[in-house]
Order: sequence, then structure tokens, then C-alpha cells
Amino acid sequence: MRLRSPEDLERLRKRAQAERKEREGKKGIVLCAGTGCRGAGALEVWEAFRREIGERADVRLMNTCCHGFCERGPIVIVEPEGIFYQRVTPKDVAEIVAETLNGGKVIERLLYKDPKTGEPIPYEKDIPFYKKQKRLIFGNNRYIDPTRIEDYIALGGYKALIKALFEMTPEEIIEEVKRSGLRGRGGGGFPTGRKWESCRNAHGEPKYVICNADEGDPGAYMDRSLLEGNPHSVLEGMIIGAYAIGAHEGFVYVRNEYPLAVQNVTTAIAQAEDYGLLGDDILGSGFSFRVKVVRGGGAFVCGESTALMASIEGKPGEPRAKYIHTVESGIWGKPSNLNNVETWANVPLIIREGADWYSQIGTEGSKGTKIFSLVGKINNTGLIEVPMGITLREIVYEIGGGIPGGKKFKAVQTGGPSGGCIPEELLDLPVDFDELTKAGSMMGSGGMIVMDEETCMVDVARYFVTFLEDESCGKCVPCREGLMQMRKILERITRGEGKEEDIPLLEEICEAMRDGSLCALGGTAPNPVLTTLKYFRDEYEAHIKEKRCPAGVCRELITYYIDEEACTGCGRCLRVCPAEAITGEKKEPHRIDPEKCIKCGSCKEVCRFDAVKVK
Amino acid sequence: MKVDLKKVEEILSRYDQAEHSLIAVLQDLQKEFNYLPQEALKLVSERLGVPYSQTYHVATFYKAFSLIPRGRHLITVCTGTACHVKGAPLILDALKRELGIGPGETTPDMEYTLETVNCLGSCALAPLVVIDGVYHGKMMGTKVLKLLKGKEGDASEES
Repeated sequence: MRLRSPEDLERLRKRAQAERKEREGKKGIVLCAGTGCRGAGALEVWEAFRREIGERADVRLMNTCCHGFCERGPIVIVEPEGIFYQRVTPKDVAEIVAETLNGGKVIERLLYKDPKTGEPIPYEKDIPFYKKQKRLIFGNNRYIDPTRIEDYIALGGYKALIKALFEMTPEEIIEEVKRSGLRGRGGGGFPTGRKWESCRNAHGEPKYVICNADEGDPGAYMDRSLLEGNPHSVLEGMIIGAYAIGAHEGFVYVRNEYPLAVQNVTTAIAQAEDYGLLGDDILGSGFSFRVKVVRGGGAFVCGESTALMASIEGKPGEPRAKYIHTVESGIWGKPSNLNNVETWANVPLIIREGADWYSQIGTEGSKGTKIFSLVGKINNTGLIEVPMGITLREIVYEIGGGIPGGKKFKAVQTGGPSGGCIPEELLDLPVDFDELTKAGSMMGSGGMIVMDEETCMVDVARYFVTFLEDESCGKCVPCREGLMQMRKILERITRGEGKEEDIPLLEEICEAMRDGSLCALGGTAPNPVLTTLKYFRDEYEAHIKEKRCPAGVCRELITYYIDEEACTGCGRCLRVCPAEAITGEKKEPHRIDPEKCIKCGSCKEVCRFDAVKVK
Repeated sequence: MKVDLKKVEEILSRYDQAEHSLIAVLQDLQKEFNYLPQEALKLVSERLGVPYSQTYHVATFYKAFSLIPRGRHLITVCTGTACHVKGAPLILDALKRELGIGPGETTPDMEYTLETVNCLGSCALAPLVVIDGVYHGKMMGTKVLKLLKGKEGDASEES
């Protein structure tokens, strides 16, 4: 059914809301089936619920995408009370249906327990992980079946589009976005309104808008989860942006490694087309706009705007020098406006609620909220949405629940391979674009990888440099050669063959790369090296001078041994050792022969008594 | 191995016959054949009006494509940052030792292909190994070897 006017859309909204209202207070199961929970077995849980509930008309089964608390997946919410069950397996399903759904009783075993008090917490809102968050963009995922546009419309979806198309001129929209202070969420932090204005003023037709969903930063997956869980919020943002800029064609460039995101955004586009929210004469406004999905080929550099556009044209994703910006000459040499998934998803909110409201959230230079993926050595792995300006300490300890196993915090890495490592002494840093840059890192797309005392910072620098060497397109010399030389030096250091002059040499290469690289990949590649050198120089020195890896990671510099006090002589390590390096009688302490040991770590993995140590 | 060019034609027919369809066509070919056969690439170049040199450039530039056939089982080790700090290198080493191949290679009997991926965005499951599309979270070197043994049909001991 095509909607031909704003009134048509409002009528549809009334129907969708009435349907929603009818469900309120009724029984239901809401399952998180985002990629994270699927990996943990959510689809099996879904099947079990389907079998258990069968044709019952009084229970609504709802399949949503990411709720954020991936550590505790698969997550199930039982309506109407909103009981929050975590780490649900198919075996628990019959009990949930019998006890909670039918009997109204809470199953304590499946509740999240407060790690401090051990108290079970029945509702999502009371869980510490969610308490400090401000989930303006991401919070709706829980209420939306991403394959149903009506769910989005019932929650006020496409209201901003009506306002933009019928109450505002393109210039007014741009002014509103400028006043909101919205900055690009993909990493650069460029003011979105200014970008739109440049593209609107650029000469040349047609113009294009692009959604960058080529989320390549390892450890970052918020864009995927938004596109999977609430694709219409991104599309609505794109339509508004296209109207403001004067574009009639758009692209969503999405990683092919994200099959569910590709599927959900494709479905969303088809549904929006059916309702006439995309296509010709949208809602009778006279404005036309179409969107195509383009799947990426798996190249990190394609997150860079010019490389991404080359890729859309069917070419290898090699960046070009940006003497002329893509807003003037992008895809096929035409003005092209590229924004990241999360940036687009902020647009409907700004238009609906107004720039004055939006700009109250955040800090002076960074407005609104930001979604981060909090991963690595952290208790509560997941996606969090927080107001700009929150401190790293609040994120790591209050939301993230601290470091597992009572280990000591060492650093948090932000900004992906172009970012840096932030040490403990800067934990009270307010998180926004400018503060992170000042600390030598950057916001990036929002990955936050927490590292503990068992993470070697030289190894981390080597990891990122190796990553970037692999992903460098090889077009410009500073990036191609600089990364290779840095990788060689860092490998040498981790092998214990580093020389004291290696550190100044690394710094010199960093400077040359920063100044001489063609695009941001090479230009920011020194960040992981420079920040680890700045904040963790003692670790480099331990590797170089003492031939020692303080974190116990770098293989050439460590020795595995068995703590005779702790060893019970159970023989598990002996059985798994691929090098036959372990000897010992049953019930007697075992020994590792350092000559034979290949340092594979198998013994440490299987030991139940924490008796295998590394020095 | 003879390549069924009819399938290539069928894939080509899904898209505009133009340069901008190149990557999408190659993706579908990769899915269909598990690699990009040379005959197929030549036909694609012809149909889309793209020089063969450019098709080859694209096919070798992007990670998603392989010019040589892959094994029956695909093992992908996630080496994203979260997986890295949680022990992915030890898992990769265990697989290299066991299979005698490095990332991007296939065992001579065409059973296994070993690959790494930069991040699958399932960091709560880190370190993560995907075997034939099935996610195995919180992996360890010793566990992944047991999984492989299971594939060969041996009874695997659960720990």
C-alpha cells in the first residue's frame, strides 16, 4: 500500500500503535537474535520457543536484534512484566514457558546477579550495565522487529521525515543539523551540517548520498547492530539528508561479512519502497529518492571515503589525494555526501526533537551520545550508548563492571588501528572527539578494547602495524614502506632482538608517515606505536634492554613452568602437550622441560589448578 | 576442472552489464564456485566491458576473493583486537601446527582451508573460530583441535 500523503502515514501510525497497545499487558517473549546472540545460540532458543508455544494466540514471539549486553546472550525478555533472562539455552525454554509465562513465577537461576551483592536483578533497567547509559539511538532495538516497518512507525518513525519534507526547506534542515553540533560518528568527527552544506552548494548533477557501513575497525560492531536492529532509522536519516542536499540516489555500502545487516537493510528498503517512503514523489512531496545496497569486498581501506566510492564504481578500493573533496567530486566525479551509519541514525532524532534539545547532551565540542563497543578484558562485553563527556572510568568500571579475574587494568584502546592506547592515569578523561585526540588517540568508529596486565603493549603495537600493513592498499610509499619497516622493527623487539636505537627510529618513521601518507590510513597508522611509546615506554625498554616481556606474551622472551605447590599431578597438561615436554608421575608435581617446550600454551589452558605459570 | 559457464551467465544476468556490477558479480561467483575460476573472470570482463587486467586487479585486491579453489571445510580464526588480546594467536598456531598450513592456504587433500578475518563483531565470544559457518566462541588451542578431531568423526571428549 502506497502512502500518498503525510496523513496516510499518520493513519498507518495510528493503526500500528493501536496494534501495539493491544499487545501491552499481554504475554510475550522478546528474544535478542542479533549476530552476537546468534553466535551464542539464540536461533536454537528461538526454535525451542516456537515448538513450545506452537499456535498459542495469547503469546507473541518477537525476534529483535542487539540489546547490547552481548556478554550475557542469548537474552530473553518475558512480557508483560519485562523479566530479563540471560544466557538462555534451549534447555531452559520449557521451564520459562511453564514457570514464568504461564505461572508468573521468576526463575532466579536465569536472572542477572549483581556482581557486588550477588542479588538477582529481574529487570533490565536495574542492571548496572544499563543504568549509566543514555540509549537514544540504540534503545529502540529492543522494541523493534527489524523486518517490520510498522514497528518503527509505531515508535514515531518517519515523523522527522514528514517534518523535513513538509515544514522545512533544505536550508533550514542543514541549519538545524549544523546547530545541533552533530559530528561524523565514523571517526573523523567532521561537522555533519557543514559537510551537507558543501555538498548542496557543489556544482554538478546528479548528487549522491552514501551510508558508510563498511565497519572495518576490529572490535567495533555498533554500525552493524544498528543496521541489523533498526535499519529504518538509518534510512530515514538518509532520506532527510538527501532532501537537504538535493540528491535523488543513495547507496548503503555494507560489509559482506555482515550477512544479517545486508539482509535486514535490503528488507527495510523494499518495505519503505512499498509504502512510498522511498521512490518517486515520497508522501506526495514531489521529492524522489532511491537507495541501493552495495556489498563490500572485505578491504579495510574501503572505510576511507574515496576508496569506498571507487569500490562502488567497481574499481579496486584505492584512495586518492583529496585536493578536491568528495562532496564536490565523489562517485563518478559527482558531488557525493558520505556519512557513517550512526551519524545517519542521529538525524531523525535531531529533526524530530530539534537542535536545541539535542545540543544539551554532550560536551562543548561533541554533542549527543556515542555508541561504543566495549570489548576485550572486560566483564560486561557489549554495546553501550553513553552521552559524550562520560569518563573512561565510568565506562570501564561502572558500565563494564571492571576487569575479569581480579586482574589489573592496563589500557583501553580506542579508535581502531588508527587510534591509540590510553593508560590508567588518564581514566578520568571525559570521552569526546577532542579529548581523545589530545590524548594521542581518537574516537574512531567507537571500538573500546580493554587490556589488562597480561596484555603486552609492544605486541599490541605490532598487532596493529601488522594489521595495517596487510590492509594498506600500497599506493603511496610512506604507508606501504613505513608500515613494513615498523613491523620488522617491532617483530625484532618482541623477539628480544631489539636495539636501543630502534625507539628513535620508530618515532622517525611515524613522523614521516604522518606527514607523507596519501590518506588517513597511513596518516594515523603511527598512533598505536606513538601512544604505546608515550605511555608504556618501560615495556619497550624491558623488551630491548632486559630481553623480558613483562606481560608474559612475547613467545621468544617467556618460559612456561609449573608451580610445584599448586600442581596436583593430575596429568591433564602432560596429555595435551604436543611437544612431549612435560614429565611427572601421577599425583606428583609435574615439570616442563624448557628445551622441548614450544610455548603453545596448551598446558596453561587445561590446568584446573592455575599451576602453569609464565615468567 | 571444467567450469559451468551457464552458471556464470546466470549470475551475470542478475546485474546491470556495467563496471559498477563487477564486485557484486565476483561475490556471487565466489559463493557459487568457492573461488574465482579464470574462465569465469574472462567472461565477466567481456560482458561488463571491463579490461581483464582490472578484473584481475579487483579479484586480487579484495579479501573476499580467492583465485584458487578452497577446501571442503573452511576454518576462520577471528583475529580482531578483542580476540587477539584474548589469545587468538595461540589458536592460530595450534591450527597451523595441526594442519601444516598457514592462513590463506588449503591442505593438499583439499579438506581444510585456514583463514583469518579481521573482526566478526561478536567480541563477547572472543576468541572466536568459525568452522563451516558455525561460530565457536571462547575458544582455546586445545579446544579447537578437539573440534577438528570431531569433524573427522572421532568421539570428542567434552571438557
